[in-house]
Amino acid sequence: MTTILFIEQVLNGLQFGVMLFLMAAGLTLVFGVMGLINLAHGSLYMIGAFAAATVSAATGNFVLGLVAALAAAAMAGAVVEIAVIRRLYRRDHLDQVLATFALILIFSEGTRWVFGSFPLYLDIPEMLSGPVTLPGGIEYPVYRLFIIVMGLAVAALLFWLIARTRLGIQIRAGEADREMIAALGIDISKLYTVVFALGAALAGMAGALVGAIQSVEVGMGEPVLILAFVTIIIGGIGSIKGAFVGALLVGLIDTLGRTMLPLVFGSFMADASAATTVGSALASMLIYILMAGVLIARPQGLFGAAA
Amino acid sequence: MKLGKSLLAGVCALAMVPAAQAADVKVGLISTLSGGGAALGVDIRDGFLLGIEHAGVDNVEVVVEDDQRKPEVAVQVADELIQSEEVDILTGIVFSNIALAVVPSAVNQGKFYVSPNAGPSQLAGRGCHPNYFNVSWQNDAMHEAAGAYANDAGYESAFIMAPNYPAGQDGLTGFKRFYEGEVVSEVYTKLGQTDYAAEIAQIRASEADVAYFFLPGGMGISFLKQYADAGVDIPLIGPGFSFDQTILPAVGDAAAGVRNTSEWSPDLDNAANQRFVEGFREAYDRIPSMYAAQAYDAAQLIVSAMGKADVSDADAFRAALREADFDSVRGDFEFAPNQHPIQDVYVREVVQQDGVWTNMIVGPSLQDHSDVYGEDCNM
Amino acid sequence: MRRETIINAALAIGLLAIPLWAHVTGEIFTITLSTRVAILALAAVGLNLALGLGGLISFGHAAYFGLGGYAMGILAFHAQNYDPIFTWPFVFAGTKQMLVIWVVALIVSGLAAFVIGMLTLRTSGAYFIMATLAFGQMLYYLFVSWPKYGGEDGMSIYLRNDFPGVNTLDPIQFFLICYVLLMLGIFVSWRIARSPFGLALQASRQNAERVETVGITPFRIRLAAFVISGMITGLAGALMADLNRFVGPTMFSWQTSGEIMILVILGGVARLYGPVAGAALFILLEHWLGGVSDYWLAFVGALLLLVVLFARGGLIGSLAGREVAHD
Repeated sequence: MTTILFIEQVLNGLQFGVMLFLMAAGLTLVFGVMGLINLAHGSLYMIGAFAAATVSAATGNFVLGLVAALAAAAMAGAVVEIAVIRRLYRRDHLDQVLATFALILIFSEGTRWVFGSFPLYLDIPEMLSGPVTLPGGIEYPVYRLFIIVMGLAVAALLFWLIARTRLGIQIRAGEADREMIAALGIDISKLYTVVFALGAALAGMAGALVGAIQSVEVGMGEPVLILAFVTIIIGGIGSIKGAFVGALLVGLIDTLGRTMLPLVFGSFMADASAATTVGSALASMLIYILMAGVLIARPQGLFGAAA
Repeated sequence: MKLGKSLLAGVCALAMVPAAQAADVKVGLISTLSGGGAALGVDIRDGFLLGIEHAGVDNVEVVVEDDQRKPEVAVQVADELIQSEEVDILTGIVFSNIALAVVPSAVNQGKFYVSPNAGPSQLAGRGCHPNYFNVSWQNDAMHEAAGAYANDAGYESAFIMAPNYPAGQDGLTGFKRFYEGEVVSEVYTKLGQTDYAAEIAQIRASEADVAYFFLPGGMGISFLKQYADAGVDIPLIGPGFSFDQTILPAVGDAAAGVRNTSEWSPDLDNAANQRFVEGFREAYDRIPSMYAAQAYDAAQLIVSAMGKADVSDADAFRAALREADFDSVRGDFEFAPNQHPIQDVYVREVVQQDGVWTNMIVGPSLQDHSDVYGEDCNM
Repeated sequence: MRRETIINAALAIGLLAIPLWAHVTGEIFTITLSTRVAILALAAVGLNLALGLGGLISFGHAAYFGLGGYAMGILAFHAQNYDPIFTWPFVFAGTKQMLVIWVVALIVSGLAAFVIGMLTLRTSGAYFIMATLAFGQMLYYLFVSWPKYGGEDGMSIYLRNDFPGVNTLDPIQFFLICYVLLMLGIFVSWRIARSPFGLALQASRQNAERVETVGITPFRIRLAAFVISGMITGLAGALMADLNRFVGPTMFSWQTSGEIMILVILGGVARLYGPVAGAALFILLEHWLGGVSDYWLAFVGALLLLVVLFARGGLIGSLAGREVAHD
């Protein structure tokens, strides 16, 4: 593998990781503040993609689509929080898992009912399409660079939000001691709705950004959801920093494993076809092996508070 | 519950059975109507019902069932159709893995199975069966045609890629069976993978003359969009699945001009096809897909055999099916000894017509093509 | 007699009587459905042990269900192709004997549960849920990309496996095998719930520190429960494979884990016959709603949501009231 190709793959891993971060950040935020495990997070991702596809098809404007994705996912998140999730905070994790699993079924089949079974069309905006030549002669799609930049910007914004703003103080207070913030006279139920909608908006944004280069279809959220779970197990549940590091680790390991492992096996196995099959099979399990390793060495995750 | 399910069949008024008279033939149609892959199943159902309607017969009852794209559900539904509905013929399955779960036990129970899609090699070779008729293709056909086309187009080196599952491995084997140039790299991706940046980088670095990919469904949509955006100038070839009418609207201009192989195209010039395409557009307000065309042919095949023999006389009915005496929307069509098609496979190009993305025939790739597995079939 | 006891008896008798009646009237498909209920109930009995008694919310029980299924698939595949699984240190040619298959299914799923349990039980709460889910997914990808055993296509076994003295191809006889195993599974979980081990397990769910002070290690108790739970679900997987004469990697999918969990919840968590009630209800729903609408899963979702929010005892809970289960 040449250096250029390697750098390109590192960029790809970075881009994948940044996308995962947008998903994982919302999950981990909601868990940190409300102690809630939300399986329906993948559905919010799907809602973002569908909203973006519908609005940009109607208006021909990608930015409007992106705004619509954020708004639709945040709104769906707020509605779900008020109608369902709110009743679950005091329940055990089992009830949370089941109720949010039920929400997946309702959202998926409901979306199929409204939009039909065919995938929707959502394309990259004109000004971001095509490749650009980076220093060193690497040709790389502008849109993927855009995703990396957007993801990093959102990460910076989140860190700032939590470290410097009033909402951030409330969020940190909520993570530390739930009874405490009520005593401080903060409207908890409003705070919870806002945090949940924020997490939903992040998922919706990820859905819209990814939707432009992937297939916008029902069921697109669940594979990402499971990767996001792996991410926050590795990073530590409730930690934004952990989600960020975990996402980049998963993104890089998965991408590099996928491209390098078949080559590694090819170098000592005689049958080239068999080597690629074995290498690819192992590559698809790599991040789970990483997760198992983290669970052995540090069950609370890399940045998680000790249980 | 039986009432509810028969209602679906009633979508097509002619398929409904008059209350007093029992249907002469009862067909169980199992297809993927919910969850991922439902777009293909819906087209198969619609194409099949249209085929029955166009045949103008009133003694076929169609019972439609959903397999949710789960083999174990399909087995369950097939049991129900055989044991409880007592159907004579089964059809409709979209995916090879589901066909492999259902077909062997169904034909062993004396039922006929007419495959409107999915032709796994196992059922074409050693596992062939007198009651199993494939009216679509053996899975390798389009890949083989693509390999042949790559030769014709003068591509001397190829990068080939498919998901890491049996149909993917068969697909690349099929391509290599006909391709005479050098395969510079063979890549297997994860099933259901959505991001192909890493593979696209490898394609770019390979500097091959052509890239051949087999990525059905949403995987193909993702790949095509990302490939077009990456600005790689290596041309693509794919099998018809990735350029089908169920997919093209979601891909848009990212697929413009890509050559792909299929045994059917909406612009194939024959009377049966014109009637089918026009009828389908009128009934369902969309361009039919290859899956709909195959299901339409399946319906025509069944009706053609009904005119010659009674389904209760299995031997006579089987002989009648084997004659394939119907006007296929593909033009010439006959069965090889393993009861898989002998047919032409075409090269098509993705074009935009009246604002809709669709395919146009470029020319034939393989003529009177049949599969290589037939020689293992003893019946 | 307590109301729950009466309901349990009704469920046990009903599940036996309906297929017998169907056998007499020739409604074969009803027997197939009842067999499915019995097998799914057995899978849920396994999960109920970990989830109900131990409070271990495993979202990865599809792993054991799938391994049980593949134990059957692989053994029968080698037997039907006359291709020995291994020849050293002795020749093992595969088998079509259900009894052998069951033992292998129990061992394999037990071992897997042991390894996964060793890793995941170090965590708790949400970590545990997500980690079990992720390990299930890992096995899914392993079997999808393992070409030898069919990969995503799975494997068809042409004839149902053999059981001494029984014609397993006859639906009612196969049903009876599954029914007996289900009753056995329920009996085992009843005995466990009343045993010192079961009491320690329940105690460590309620208050782990207190259990530790009397010299019991909650980790080991939980691990043992997790392994037994995985084994029972694995056995159900082997039976399901025999019912369908097919195994495929979807048995490992996270939706399967979710469905097994739904069975437990619909019936009533930690209720002895909850899994039976849940499985029966689920199959009936699938059957009725599936006929009414293509979008039937949305209705299952809505129902599940209502049960979780407003009827936490599940079916048996609503019928029997909030009496204490299991004693």
